[in-house]
Amino acid sequence: MSATVIILFLAIVALTLAITFWASKQTQTTGDFYTAGGGLTGFQNGLAISGDYLSAASFLGIAGSIALFGFDGFFYSIGFLIAYLVVLFLVAEPLRNLGKYTIADMINSRFDAKKVRGAAALSTITISLFYMIAQLVGAGALIQLLFDIPYTIAVLIVGVMMTIYVLFGGMVATSWVQIVKAVLLMAGMLILSFLVLMHFNFNIGAMFNEAKTATAHGADYLNPGLKYTEPLGTISLMLALVLGTAGLPHILMRFFTVKDAKTARKSVVTATWIIGAFYILTLFLGFGAAIFVGDATITEANPGGNMAAPLLAEAIGGEFLFAFISAVAFATILAVVAGLVLSGASAFAHDLYGQIIKKGKASDKQQMLAARYAALGVSALSIVLSLFAQYLNVAFLVSLAFCIGASANLPVILYTVYWKRFNTTGAITALLSGLISALVLVSMSPSVFSPVEGEALFIGDPIFPLTNPALVSVPLGFLGGYLGTMFSKETDAKRYAEVKVKAHTGYRETGS
Amino acid sequence: MPNVSEHQTNANRTTVDYEKVVESGQFKQFMQNKRKFIIPFTIFFLIFYFLLPVLTSYTTFLNTPVIGDISWVWLFAFAQFIMTWVLCTIYVKKANAFDEQVERIIEDQIDDGDGGKAS
Repeated sequence: MSATVIILFLAIVALTLAITFWASKQTQTTGDFYTAGGGLTGFQNGLAISGDYLSAASFLGIAGSIALFGFDGFFYSIGFLIAYLVVLFLVAEPLRNLGKYTIADMINSRFDAKKVRGAAALSTITISLFYMIAQLVGAGALIQLLFDIPYTIAVLIVGVMMTIYVLFGGMVATSWVQIVKAVLLMAGMLILSFLVLMHFNFNIGAMFNEAKTATAHGADYLNPGLKYTEPLGTISLMLALVLGTAGLPHILMRFFTVKDAKTARKSVVTATWIIGAFYILTLFLGFGAAIFVGDATITEANPGGNMAAPLLAEAIGGEFLFAFISAVAFATILAVVAGLVLSGASAFAHDLYGQIIKKGKASDKQQMLAARYAALGVSALSIVLSLFAQYLNVAFLVSLAFCIGASANLPVILYTVYWKRFNTTGAITALLSGLISALVLVSMSPSVFSPVEGEALFIGDPIFPLTNPALVSVPLGFLGGYLGTMFSKETDAKRYAEVKVKAHTGYRETGS
Repeated sequence: MPNVSEHQTNANRTTVDYEKVVESGQFKQFMQNKRKFIIPFTIFFLIFYFLLPVLTSYTTFLNTPVIGDISWVWLFAFAQFIMTWVLCTIYVKKANAFDEQVERIIEDQIDDGDGGKAS
């Protein structure tokens, strides 16, 4: 490990700890802890959303996928971006208007039912834990490669850092770590893309021309079909990507950090511009890696292609750029896992403890303590699980998280805001049918069972053919909610009138 | 959008009759305007989006080069980005107009105290 790498690595640790120290002084109430007191501006929150969203899987994974599979890698970039139109058009503003700290708050603005809150919390916890294990295992492997540190130590470093941010600095620290990371990440992407394009005199056509002959795929590299050959599998994946974001608790939680729906809207727009620019740039990184590094070297470093971006940095920018991009990757991981700890902790401490066990009567001091214990618990649990999962292929957990978001959370959110007849039973059946069908179908899918050793968790033939089951589980989530609603006679027009007015106008009564 | 806290101080001590607000012509008109905007645009971007994987999965005509080695599939992919940014901009413009309607609804239907006077 070179001195530059160590210095940059320590600089990020020091900067984020300084942010946390500053944030800890501003975190006085539960509201500060969960939502930074709702005091972020639209632009700040837009940056923070980008920092929360653009994971190492996006940065390193997509660049690697494009490097190895050409157009098929770019599918992810498109899906991950267009998801923000779903968030903007259908979810962000009503969510901000109805909710307080969690998704369950938003749904319970209509129901006040413990079972609904419990089911929503269960789904949030499942998504957060799965997503976090995927991130931590990926982080461990990556830091091992980048900095030459053993896996266990790497997971512990990331784990301890995220715990410190959330435990002491809550949402204030998490937001600012995410903002700093978004700026660093975009700077890294711009520098790499600039250097790649400079080789082609900023002629994109010349880059395509070179890519055509640079890889073993030849001209096919520019065409779709190198990775995704099953039409239904491709469409199912695209469905999970586009609908999943609008159901991811750690992303949706960010909308509670601004003062009103109008600011929430501004945050989505800012995020959409940044995230869009980011995903366009993944193309230059991918092509650059394919051309200047070559697929043999990329797969040799990591079969999944995760080293494509750092190797590209080394090839075109030398040792310093390699160190910088590695440090950016480290910051990227930290910002995402911190957001996940916070969303998991809010479901445990606010939904399960504060609202269900204490029936909303816990004092602010008790709630704060619960939030901190929950953050500690969620962190510890995910660190331990990740240490055991070192040799397991857990990359599919990210797409599983998106799938649960799309199948369980999104149907309930949409029904709550837009469907008059919707009721308590429907909310529970929608959440559970989406959650269970996603879990069951994935556990029978090629991600879990593969005849080839090492490709999946277990050896065997998959019972369910789609790697990502969204095409089946999303309709099941919506259908579950519909049938549950229809089987129960219960309906509350008066309450829906209130929810409808509040969701669309942002009106709040005194004391609510 | 009006400041929330402003309304908190102005709000009625008695509970607002939301059913009356929902039934008011003003609110109904607002919801209809909103639906007329949200639904067609949502359907449009979902179709535009799914058209890409459907076409690449079941056809190959997008593989025809258009500009040098850049084929239709890449142009369609870039168009997805442009579409996203354009729709974002349209949404913000439209939402600002909705904000004004919302302000009037809160004034006329809620703050005036009789929850649903004829509009």
